[in-house]
Parts: sequence; structure tokens; C-alpha cells
Amino acid sequence: MRRFALIFLPYAWLLALFLVPFLIVLKISLSDIATAIPPYTPTLDFSQGWQGIRAFFSALDFENFAFLRTDDLYWKSYVSSLQIAALSTLLTLLVGYPIAYGMANAPDHWRPTLMMLVILPFWTSFLIRVYSWMGILSTEGYLNQVLLKIGVISEPLIILNTPTAVYIGIVYTYLPFMILPIYSALERMDGSLLEAAEDLGCSRIKAFWLITVPLSKSGIIAGCFLVFIPVIGEFVIPSLLGGSQTLMIGKVLWEEFFNNRDWPVASAVAVVLLLILIIPIVLFQRNEQKQREAEE
Amino acid sequence: MRRLTWFNATSLTLGFAFLYLPMIILITYSFNESKLVTVWAGFSTKWYGELLRNQSFLDAAWVTVKVAIASSTIATILGTMAALVLVRAGRFYGRTLFSGMIYAPLVMPEVITGLSLLLLFIGIGMDRGIFTIILAHTTFSMCFVSVVVSSRLVTFDRSLEEAALDLGCSPFDAFRLVTLPIIAPAVISGWLLAFTLSLDDLVIASFTAGPSATTLPIKIWSAVRLGVSPEINALSTIMIGIVAVGVISASLITKRASLRQQADERAAVHA
Repeated sequence: MRRFALIFLPYAWLLALFLVPFLIVLKISLSDIATAIPPYTPTLDFSQGWQGIRAFFSALDFENFAFLRTDDLYWKSYVSSLQIAALSTLLTLLVGYPIAYGMANAPDHWRPTLMMLVILPFWTSFLIRVYSWMGILSTEGYLNQVLLKIGVISEPLIILNTPTAVYIGIVYTYLPFMILPIYSALERMDGSLLEAAEDLGCSRIKAFWLITVPLSKSGIIAGCFLVFIPVIGEFVIPSLLGGSQTLMIGKVLWEEFFNNRDWPVASAVAVVLLLILIIPIVLFQRNEQKQREAEE
Repeated sequence: MRRLTWFNATSLTLGFAFLYLPMIILITYSFNESKLVTVWAGFSTKWYGELLRNQSFLDAAWVTVKVAIASSTIATILGTMAALVLVRAGRFYGRTLFSGMIYAPLVMPEVITGLSLLLLFIGIGMDRGIFTIILAHTTFSMCFVSVVVSSRLVTFDRSLEEAALDLGCSPFDAFRLVTLPIIAPAVISGWLLAFTLSLDDLVIASFTAGPSATTLPIKIWSAVRLGVSPEINALSTIMIGIVAVGVISASLITKRASLRQQADERAAVHA
């Protein structure tokens, strides 16, 4: 009985506020837009009895999904979200790996402090961290001021409201997610392996590629998924830094809902986004499981 | 063989400069006299004064704190229960669905979570306001809490609890007197995580807030879309300051606790 109560409360909460809402999204994605409150049709009408339920189901169709295929905007946004997510994951890895590597080689008494310095931005408001780049990257911004003063450029660079600014914003905000798993993999590594390699005549660089990188592979994979998956649905970064040039699906969904008030299409966009996300999420889960089994 | 090479030192310096320079610039320019945010015109704290006189920001801050306290507290209770179910309940009907519903919100894009909850609230005709934001925040943060707490529960030695039961404790007392103190650090960090997630959330709050309640991130969002403003710089500085003090003092407290524990263990060995 007590066990039942323990299971029931969180279970019921998640059913009501996670699963049911998602089923509603699924249902509305099959409905049509209407000028009514709520702005879609059909709505389930139980007063009509069985007839009403049948009418309801026969009015559902895949029209919105067909619409997503015909309008360029949507599939371009999906493709560009995936591209931006893939490239920015790679960039985050290139920036994050040397930092994690440096942390793992740092003296023991530095490490807690370095760790805290990586985690601290993670607790700071995401919105504020993205916003801080607006002042840096704008045409009259700090970066252009510095570059103009030291004479590297003669004309201010236009970075804000371009995809470049989006990449900078993503690398900046998601860096801790990349550093932490790589660092924890590197920290577990047995340093004597490198000594052995060097004793046997391996150069430091070769030893790095042959030993350090393969042994940190689990951290690299975990870090890449932790960046790639959330970036696909990102909304704040492309909206603040990307301007109108940057197409990302999270932003399209937001605008479809709030600006165009087309709930059925917004719901269809959400369903397709989720279908796309299932692949990396399953791969990530499988990788984590393999990792756990390897450790046991 | 670990030694800090020049390459390591350089990448650490550049890396941490990259992580911290934007915030340092933001903090510096919050003390700028000029309304033009990119031109330095002397030191001034006037934007902090403006901020404290701006009633709509204060109202939004108050709403945000209320939402964060309520949602993180409910989420901690539900999330700890969910962690107990995940780690201890064994097999039961619908277990796969349950663990799926715990892990899915962690990777669900915020726009989808927000959209689906809004459609639910409209579907059942619930008026949107503080209450709906609390429901929404509780739902996703309880999943984070349950992940944090269950990772601690996995390593928990159940024989301690069994000993308490053998010595005549009721199951609830055994949980309260034995299990809870041991998993307390994880429960507290779960609460802190839930609290920060709620403070920080823009997307889900925007969907579920409705016109009657505005949280601080929503307020900041509508201000920064028009560009950089000195008032927002001042507000950001205050928020960064609060977080820095919180995180640093939390880590000092855990460090002191672990030192004390080590000392106790040494004393116990010598005794």
C-alpha cells in the first residue's frame, strides 16, 4: 500500500503534465486551423456520443505534415538546425578539449578551483550569458572597438545577427557540457601509460593521439551528444544573436505559435522535431549504457 | 605522469578568459555613466538606482522568486519519491513508461515542453498565471532532481535501513532518521538545481505565463530584444553576484564538511 502511494504520486503527475500534454500536441498537429477559440478544429464533442467521436477522428488528417513538406521554410529550418548543431558541436569540442586536457594535467590542488570555474557559468542565467555577447559583437561593440584601435581592421566587422554570432554563442554557453565529461575521462586515465609510451620511443604528440585521445573517447562522445541534442531545438541563441538570417527550428516553432497563431502547424513542427531528436537520443542512451557495462 | 606544459597553461588561460571576459565586460559597463552602452563615460551607480525604482522589474523579480521556491520545493519532494521508485521499487506495471517519463523531459526541447503544457492548460480551461508556471517548472525540474537523488541512492547501503527496521523503527521513521540524512546532500543539490532552473527559464515560462504573470527572464527578454541597455547590465550584475556568492559559499561549506568528516574518521580510528 505504501509502495503504491510512493509510485502513484510522481507517476500521476508525469502522466498528467508530461504525457497527456504531448498527446494533445499530437492531436492538434492532425487538426486544422480555425478562427475560433481554441483556434483549431475539430474539438472533441462528447455530447454527440459515439457519432461525435467518429466525426472527430475522421476530421483528423496529415495535412499539416504535408504542408511542412511543401513550404521551403520548414525543411530548410530542420536542415539548417542540424547543420548548425553539428558544426557548433565540433567547434565546442575543439575549444573544450584543450581546456579539459589542461585541467587534467594541472596540479592536484588547483583542480577543485578549476572545476568550480567551469561549473560557475553553468549556474549563471543562460539568458544573461547570451545577452553579454550582444554588446561585444555589435557593429559599435567592444570587439570592433578593440580591433579598430589596434588597426587589425579598418571597417567594423558585422558579426551580430549573422550565423557566426550564433556559433560563438553556442560554443560559449555549451562549453561546460563538453569540458566536464572529457575532463572526467582524462582524469581517470592512468598516467603511467604515457610514460611507458615515451620510454618505448613514442613522441609526446604521437602518444597523445595513440593513448590520450582513444582513452578519452567516452568523454568526447558524451560531451558531443550533450551539446548536439539541446542545440537542435535552441531558441534563445538564434533569436538574440542570429537575426533574420539564421534559420533554426526552435525559433520557427515559436514564431509559428506566437506570431502566426497557427497552432496546428506549430504542433506538427514540434512532432517532427521530436522524431528527428529520437535518433541522437537513442544513440546517446546506448552509449551511456555501454559505458556503464564497461565500468562494471 | 602529469605535468602542466606551456600548451596546457595557454589553453587554460585562453579558455577561462573566453568563459569569463564577457561577464567581466558586462559587469564593468553596468557602472558606466553613459546611456550609450558601448562608450565609457565615467563611473556611476545610477543604473542600479534606476533599477530599484523600476516597479515592474521588482514585481517580476518577486514573481520569479515565488515560482522558484514553490516549484523547486514540490519538485524536490516528487523527484525524491521518483528516485526511490526508480532505485528501489523493483518491477511494477508501467515501469518502463515511468522511467521514460523521468528521462524524456531532460532532453526535450524547451519549446516543445512549453507548447504542450500551454495546450494542456488551454484544453482544460485553466487560467494562466503564477500557478501554471509553478506546475510547468515542477514537472521538468522534478526529473532533474530524481536523476541527482537516484545517483546517490544507488550507492546507499540498505543494511543501515534494515538495521533501523530490525531495531523497531517504523518504515517512515527509518526513512526519516537514516535514509534522509544520508541522501540529504543530493536532495539539497537537487533543490538548488531545480531552483536555478526555475529562476533561469524563459521559454517554458513564456508559454505558460499568460498576461497576468511576468517573470524576470520574460521581462529581461522583452528588454534585450531591443538591444543592450545599462539597466539590464546592472540587473545582470546583481544576478551574477548572487549566483557567485551562492556557489562559492556552497563549495566552501561542502569542503569544510568533508574536512570535518575526515577529522572525525581519524579520531574514530585512534580512539
